[in-house]
Amino acid sequence: MTAKTTASGAAYDVQGDRADTERRDAAMQAFVRDFARTAAIHMESCLRCGMCANACHFYVTTGDPKYTPINKLRPFEQAYHRHIGPFAPIYRLFGLKSNVSIEMLQEWESLIYDGCTLCGRCTLACPMGIDISELIKEARHGMYKAGLVPDRLELMDRTAKAWGSPASPSEDFADIIRDAGEEHGVPMNIDLPKADYVVTVAPAELTEHTKALSDVAKILNKIGASWTYSTEGFEASNIGYINGDLPLQEKMTRKIIDNAIRIGAHTLILPECGHAYGAARWEAARWYGKKLPLRIIHMTEFLAELVTSGRIKLKKMGETTCFHDPCQLVRRGGVTEAPRAVLKGLGLDLTEFEDHGELAWCCGGGGGVVSNVRADPLRFKAFSIKRKQVEDAKTQHFVTACGQCRITLTLGAKHDKWDQKVESLLELVADHLED
Amino acid sequence: MELLAFARGPALTFSLAIFVLGVVWRLVGVLALPPWHDYSPPREGAPPNWLAAIRAVFRKMIPHKTFLKDGMFTTINGYVFHFGLAIVVFLFVPHIVLIQSLFGVSWPGLPNGVITGVGGLTAASLLGALAYRLTSPVLKLISRPNDYISWLLTFLPVATGLAATAHVGLRYETMLALHILSVCAFLIWFPFGKLMHAFLFVLSRGATGIRFGHRGAQL
Ligand code: SF4
Ligand code: SF4
Ligand code: SF4
Repeated sequence: MTAKTTASGAAYDVQGDRADTERRDAAMQAFVRDFARTAAIHMESCLRCGMCANACHFYVTTGDPKYTPINKLRPFEQAYHRHIGPFAPIYRLFGLKSNVSIEMLQEWESLIYDGCTLCGRCTLACPMGIDISELIKEARHGMYKAGLVPDRLELMDRTAKAWGSPASPSEDFADIIRDAGEEHGVPMNIDLPKADYVVTVAPAELTEHTKALSDVAKILNKIGASWTYSTEGFEASNIGYINGDLPLQEKMTRKIIDNAIRIGAHTLILPECGHAYGAARWEAARWYGKKLPLRIIHMTEFLAELVTSGRIKLKKMGETTCFHDPCQLVRRGGVTEAPRAVLKGLGLDLTEFEDHGELAWCCGGGGGVVSNVRADPLRFKAFSIKRKQVEDAKTQHFVTACGQCRITLTLGAKHDKWDQKVESLLELVADHLED
Repeated sequence: MELLAFARGPALTFSLAIFVLGVVWRLVGVLALPPWHDYSPPREGAPPNWLAAIRAVFRKMIPHKTFLKDGMFTTINGYVFHFGLAIVVFLFVPHIVLIQSLFGVSWPGLPNGVITGVGGLTAASLLGALAYRLTSPVLKLISRPNDYISWLLTFLPVATGLAATAHVGLRYETMLALHILSVCAFLIWFPFGKLMHAFLFVLSRGATGIRFGHRGAQL
């Protein structure tokens, strides 16, 4: 692995020692292989109107046109027209679209990984309804095959392959769970052979946010549920999904789903993690080619069900809050009302940001950006939007429902030397359970 | 006179044929690709796919307020030339006469004076769009030859049409022939460039509408 820069000064990392043309061809093949109808329609439809630019936090906070969402697809657009589009034979015959060069792919690595959080805000701005963020996710499949991925993301990829999680080895999982239970005085269930609910986790919960592990347990114990954590399938954040490593995406997905089926769970609870929701709720079934025999829900949906059905009672906080909508959960997941119902159950008076719900600004760290240290300066710039929104809201609390967003926002505040706590919805619920 | 006869006859027929074949080719070319089977359970209360698609087609007619802050010119100007083009194409009496002779249907038109006014406004709006494309750093970066060709081939019929009706420039018959030839060029280019969005917008918005509708997400 080597860190390099292109002629224009864009940073890129390379994995492996294959020849350049081989990389390029691998990228193109991977990109072209699974091309489905919707993606093709979207590749055909751009008006070059530029409306998507002002939707993107990276363009807005840098003013650099290269961060215009549709520009991030340029090499792949060229590949599409040359290899797949309805006029591809004509383009090739007359040499109208040249083959994408390796230099171009190198140049675009930082746009596709550092400069996009897959937040999907651009999709909402596009008058043609082009799902740009989905196309960028597909472009990552090509980049991964080319071995043109930021080293930090590739490192997580390799760790996840070796350990089953990018955060900690599977062997340590049971101990982490037990420790969290002891530390917070909550009885834990680990590796029970049968259970109705199987709980999965995100990397941050195995390192920084371990309290979340016992918070879920506390709530499940409270409702008398049959539940368990499982060493065989605990890691819900799917680094394969983020990096564009499809075999890993499938492997990570099958691990948690197969395990949940094995222990007879009717519900798989995903952690407070946005991308886990995208990978499991909407894409898990693709690997099985059929409907799955269990329910997959996000922590926030689970909490909302418990609160609105009255299965748990919460102490009213009687304070004010604002809420950061995690992109993958809300804009791309449709879970907009659930977090609001939980906040209401907590007796928190919500001040909405000017752009909220499906129009919310991204935290700037999703899609692997927060783990990709190379992108720090860019991410800190994007953070300024969120900071202003929180400052304008002037509330006592600032809550979100995705661990990665929370880390991104906490790091942003720290970098700005801004004293602002970012709270988790799950933690608030667990801390305010009525006895 | 010979040029006019050529324009009205073989040129128009040829370009209409290319237009139809090209449009069909391009639509079939994308629609023939395999669909993506979504086996994930839809959000409770999700609309059926056809309804989600139709809703998205209409929803996208008007941008969210927050995107209008910087997209006001693009949006309003876009509306002006799209409506302007529709009015001059379909409500100018000689056009209606032509359509009647081709397809046998007709409808009332607008007075010539109004059409000239709308045509002038449309031309100005198109020039505005071009100026914006040439000056905005974002548009300069993302524009392709396609965008300039499509612009030119839209602008020429408007400009020649205006000149012909206002009797400026060359002889009326010559202007008319040039006008028709510019329309032929427009028709021939249509399926290959971004003018095709006149058909694609339904598919493009609809596809995203289905994806979002399934998830219970708002567009
Ligand atoms: S998905 Fe988000 S980060 Fe990526 S280009 Fe679109 S608006 Fe920008
Ligand atoms: S908003 Fe949509 S149509 Fe306009 S430039 Fe961006 S992707 Fe293309
Ligand atoms: S978004 Fe997400 S990726 Fe993913 S960790 Fe959360 S918190 Fe996880």
